[in-house]
Amino acid sequence: MEESTRDRKAGRREFLQLCGKAVACAGTAAAVAKAALPQAAAGTQPSPPKPDIPNYDWTRHRWAYGVDATKCIGCLRCVEACKRENDVIGDAHHFRTWVERYVYLEGEETPRIDSHSDPVNIEASGSESEYRFANRYKDAKVEKAFFVPKLCNHCTHPACVQVCPTGATYKTLDGVVVIDHKYCIGCQYCVQACPYGARFFNEEKQVTDKCTWCYHRITKGLQPACVEVCPVGARIFGDLRDKQSPISQFVRNNRTRVLKPESGNAPNVYYVGLDKDVI
Amino acid sequence: MESLLPVAPFTGYVYPNETLIPWSVLVVVYPYLTGLVAGAFTISSLYQVFGMQRFKPVAHLALLTSLCCMLIVPTPLLLHLGHPERALNAMITPHTTSAFAIFGYAAGFYAILLLLENWFVFRPQIVAQAQTRKGPLGWFYRTLSLGSYDVSERAMHYDRKWIFALAVIGIPAAHGLHGYVGFVFGSLKSREWWSSDLMPAVFLFSAIISGTSLVIVLYVLSCKLRKVPVDLPCLKGMAYTLWGFVMFTLLLEAVEFASLVYRGREGIDMIIEYVKGPLIIPFATLQFGIGSLIPLALLTFMIWRGTTGKTLIAGATASAILVLLAVLMMRWNVVVGGQEIAKTGKGLLSHHPLVFGKESLVSGAAVLVAPFVLLWVMTRLFPPWHDATSSRSALASAP
Repeated sequence: MEESTRDRKAGRREFLQLCGKAVACAGTAAAVAKAALPQAAAGTQPSPPKPDIPNYDWTRHRWAYGVDATKCIGCLRCVEACKRENDVIGDAHHFRTWVERYVYLEGEETPRIDSHSDPVNIEASGSESEYRFANRYKDAKVEKAFFVPKLCNHCTHPACVQVCPTGATYKTLDGVVVIDHKYCIGCQYCVQACPYGARFFNEEKQVTDKCTWCYHRITKGLQPACVEVCPVGARIFGDLRDKQSPISQFVRNNRTRVLKPESGNAPNVYYVGLDKDVI
Repeated sequence: MESLLPVAPFTGYVYPNETLIPWSVLVVVYPYLTGLVAGAFTISSLYQVFGMQRFKPVAHLALLTSLCCMLIVPTPLLLHLGHPERALNAMITPHTTSAFAIFGYAAGFYAILLLLENWFVFRPQIVAQAQTRKGPLGWFYRTLSLGSYDVSERAMHYDRKWIFALAVIGIPAAHGLHGYVGFVFGSLKSREWWSSDLMPAVFLFSAIISGTSLVIVLYVLSCKLRKVPVDLPCLKGMAYTLWGFVMFTLLLEAVEFASLVYRGREGIDMIIEYVKGPLIIPFATLQFGIGSLIPLALLTFMIWRGTTGKTLIAGATASAILVLLAVLMMRWNVVVGGQEIAKTGKGLLSHHPLVFGKESLVSGAAVLVAPFVLLWVMTRLFPPWHDATSSRSALASAP
């Protein structure tokens, strides 16, 4: 009886040892699998995979974006162009870029802020997929008013990339924050982390989406769609490595600022003509 | 398609992409369940690790409850994901800077630990059933016994060592897991409502009170259903524990809120407006008033008066139910509340969750009920009752 007890106990101990070995093997296998997987999947930021784009070397560019708010007329062609170019859901809740209007009325200390997705403006346009600013202040005494185009800031230290659990969103070597839609799990942690509200969830694809500065265009030498259609040159795009590029000249010739610098994200969209109340 | 989306109405100015609230009911249920896991494990550990004999009647029930909740924890997350079939990406290729990437490992480790501890704890019953049962159930118990039928005193001593070790490791694991959930929210700098160093601690303490409350309710309910007397010293011990931790939780939450208001950073005006307006019912009334202050007062009164007997049972159970409600409201107010205050700091949204759908009130309620359905099945298979006579009868009546 004693011996059989000892045998069983020994058997159990062996079983536990076996379990331990199995766990160790599984851990090793996982580590090996991780090492073997392509960097895109691993999502490690320092060396994302080189994009397979003919005649494009992403180590030779550093893209940046400028907005001259003093020039923007709020025509919203940029918003329409972006929606069409990037197949963004055509309603009032999904935008890769949008435009805000700041209006200071006489006798009021704070501005009235709205965007084209405000219900009043949607009502004026008659459709969620038609964008315009209603002339809602025509009977008021306006002291000051201006428009501010917004988009993803493609930050140097992007909070969205930091929190992505799979590395599906990452920063390219040429300075653009992109999302691998085939790897995104759709947890929306990045949507929460972005302080600028630049990210949204695409219910059709069940993944997160945002502005890519039209990466498919800029890597072919074209401008982002929003920049291309802007009739007043309020949106500026280019390569900071090229000292003669529009963006280099814009940054060099103006005193620029970025949005929410206190976030520590170090945005790469440079603004001119903002008021202190711009958020 | 538009009409299917739960667009949140808003006042003031919010970014256009904010009108669809990213995290809804399921992300409320998820931290609530992990909290129950940690809290129930705490009660179990008071007996298993610290040897507090008065908690013996609920130790196994608490452990089984913890396991049942843990097994359901991934469900709300998987249901929430846009691509749940890719969920393992976070484990196969974890992005190490993400607070959430490590969750899979931490939760997996803790789930295995819980399974092991439960196995050791219920092994004598498994062996007994394996030796007597026939048919599919017999096969089930024989498989679970892993071929070891040794329940001699020496083997039991060996098992107890494992249980102790697992319970000791389980304490930091369970509480770390839940503090970590608090970190998932607290580490986000984009939302003033979440961005707090105290968030992990608040989550942790609220977890302990929710788990303790759950064990109180389940224990009293199980005694009523099984028609056995409630062990009053045990219940009193849990009521004391609840009182202490409710006090800590309230203090932490008060300090957190006071810091937020006192710092008065940008956007605080909107937060004050939010707390005074939409949060009056869910925050001030349900979470603090009815859910926390009333049970705290009730428990204080009972401790002061040395209440016992049926009054203690009724008072402790009522307090526990209120605390369970308070913690659920706390999860709602943190998760949904954080998103109702716009990132612009100049607007408020109003979230109206869907009633039906993948992420809706119905799916959330189903996920919340699931651990208790599982627990009902588990208590039939592995009776966690400690009173000797009923233990035998429960075993005999097991399916």
